Amino acid sequence: MQVAEEIKKSALVSIWFMFLTFPIMVVRVNTIYRTVEWRWLNMLFVGVGSFFLSMLWRFMIRRKEMGQKKAEKEEGEHLTRVQRLLRDRRVALPGVVAVAVFAMAYPFLFSMYQTNIMITALIYVMCGLGLNIVIGLAGLLDLGYVAFYAVGAYSYALLNHHFGMSFWIALPVGGALGFLFGVLLGFPVLRLRGDYLAIVTLGFGEIIRLVLENWNAFSFGPSGIANIPRPSFFGMDLDLQQVTIWIYFLMIALVVFTIFVVGRLKNSRIGRAWIALREDEIACQAMGIDKTRTKLSAFALGATWAGMAGVMFAAKTTFINPASFTIWESVIILCVVVLGGMGSIAGVIMGAMVLILLPEYLRAFSEYRMLLFGAILVLMMVFRPGGIITNVRQTYRFERKAAADDSTS
Amino acid sequence: MEYFLELFLGGLTRGSIYALIALGYTMVYGIIELINFAHGEIYMIGAFTALIVAGVLTLMGWNEVAILLIASIVAVVYSSAYGFTIEKIAYKPIRRAPRLSALISAIGMSMFLQNYVLLAQTSDFLPFPSLIPQFGFLEPFQHIVRSSELLIYSVTAAVMVALTILIKFTPIGKAMRATSQDKTMAALVGVDVDRVISVTFIVGSATAAIGGVLIASHIGQINFYIGFIAGIKAFVAAVLGGIGSVPGAVLGALVLGWTESFFTGYVSSDYEDVFAFIFLVLILIFRPAGILGRSEAEKV
Repeated sequence: MQVAEEIKKSALVSIWFMFLTFPIMVVRVNTIYRTVEWRWLNMLFVGVGSFFLSMLWRFMIRRKEMGQKKAEKEEGEHLTRVQRLLRDRRVALPGVVAVAVFAMAYPFLFSMYQTNIMITALIYVMCGLGLNIVIGLAGLLDLGYVAFYAVGAYSYALLNHHFGMSFWIALPVGGALGFLFGVLLGFPVLRLRGDYLAIVTLGFGEIIRLVLENWNAFSFGPSGIANIPRPSFFGMDLDLQQVTIWIYFLMIALVVFTIFVVGRLKNSRIGRAWIALREDEIACQAMGIDKTRTKLSAFALGATWAGMAGVMFAAKTTFINPASFTIWESVIILCVVVLGGMGSIAGVIMGAMVLILLPEYLRAFSEYRMLLFGAILVLMMVFRPGGIITNVRQTYRFERKAAADDSTS
Repeated sequence: MEYFLELFLGGLTRGSIYALIALGYTMVYGIIELINFAHGEIYMIGAFTALIVAGVLTLMGWNEVAILLIASIVAVVYSSAYGFTIEKIAYKPIRRAPRLSALISAIGMSMFLQNYVLLAQTSDFLPFPSLIPQFGFLEPFQHIVRSSELLIYSVTAAVMVALTILIKFTPIGKAMRATSQDKTMAALVGVDVDRVISVTFIVGSATAAIGGVLIASHIGQINFYIGFIAGIKAFVAAVLGGIGSVPGAVLGALVLGWTESFFTGYVSSDYEDVFAFIFLVLILIFRPAGILGRSEAEKV
């Protein structure tokens, strides 16, 4: 009986979606040649696809509701399998060592093309970790994150173009300019509530891009800046392959540095203030936390990492133009954070690897990349708001002495 | 003086379109306090549906006025259907989750719909058939106001009046107002909150679709990206007027339309979009409640 009911429901959904997607999926009008193309096959795909997807959807919703009920009944913390593994020292330590060895050997094991892709992924890891401070820890939805990335990239490109500034000076300068812009932009807007903040930061991101595009005298307009030097290696001349490997190791070092800093920040006084602010602003103010200053520090620190990642990006590609810094870039970084797990460092790294590496290897589906990213954002929010590797809240556990002894022996 | 009048009417046209989109934003925000990022995409889908229907019917050799009517009706139906479905998929399951979740979900939906149209149709600008007939009596004023503009003004005014009546004088309007004040309380006195939210999405999407059809036949070309910037500007308009307030949205849209039109006419057209964003930031800093909005203290 229930099966029949399910099939009926799915059939209805399937018909609804076939109706919904009919004009856009099936008909294609060419007004110039005055022809109409009817693509009935698409309708079949939509019908069959939505039939099964709707079954899956209802199943997942039901599972989620059951999970919620179970979570309400059970007391204390309950971890998923991945989290338990990450917590277990016997697994975590060799795991970290293995990842480190693999990361060190990577450019020697794989081709230069692969190494380049990995560098891109690492840049996203860095951006993701920076954005993680803003979204994951402080709970501020920043949709203009790419603006700070652009600030970093352009500061290196322009300072180098006009004053011949080297990469090594530009890296901290890019970070500092990111910080400065973070403070400048953050100061007026951080008094706003969450959803206004999202749209204002989005606006700022677009303002910076449009200024870069239109102010030809300053930024060379849409044609961009070419011939940005790659980072130097103690004054030696490197060929292209060596320089790629060098950038790769630089990126690894920067990512490790980022992980270290973000990890320390997360458990510091200010990190806890961010988390508290995310959970309840009013209670937090009542506890004597300066709301504006705490938010501003999250915003500016996030921007600093974006600035440094931007310098790396400019040094890696040697060419930048405003087209690399559209709002969709911000959304991709947001997607990295959301998929991996807001607030969780391991999660963000995982998210960046999955989202940046998979499309590179699945070239055949590259057109569907943005479509999938959109779907991922919605699906993650509906079914697993914590991301792949959900962040574990810092908790104090009161264990009886005997129990503690048992677990250690 | 004539240049001024031209800019004034151009601003009125822009403002009217922004108003039609802003109404959907403001109604949805009024009821579930969510910025529906995908709203701009609904407007775009409305324009695309109208283009497809009009294209097919033109090839079949129908009369222009009939095509305009049918295309608009189909666009309204489809946009409403999309609005309804989006709410069911992306917002309903997370209605009780933190606000951040709903916002992220909305952005995802917007990105999904944009790329859906891009992949299923095309990334090029498509020419939109000029369906709006030339009114004979406008002949002498042709250089100042086109007949499509006149149509835009009148349709916007009509939609406004209809919406006001819907919200003020019908049972569903009463239910909407109750829901926007307090969802739990409304549910307790027998309002079907789910239904009210669905109706809000449908009505908002329908007005956006009307805007889509009008602007597409006025400008004469569309692509998959038109929804994004129009959506942002309409949001600016809604915030300017005081989000959640229907007359506020229209007022805000007109103010934004005029300021934009005069700015591009007298100052510079390169920074047109920058201007809208700066405007938004200034409003939010100095008068976050908007022109007609009430400022409310957050309750604990």
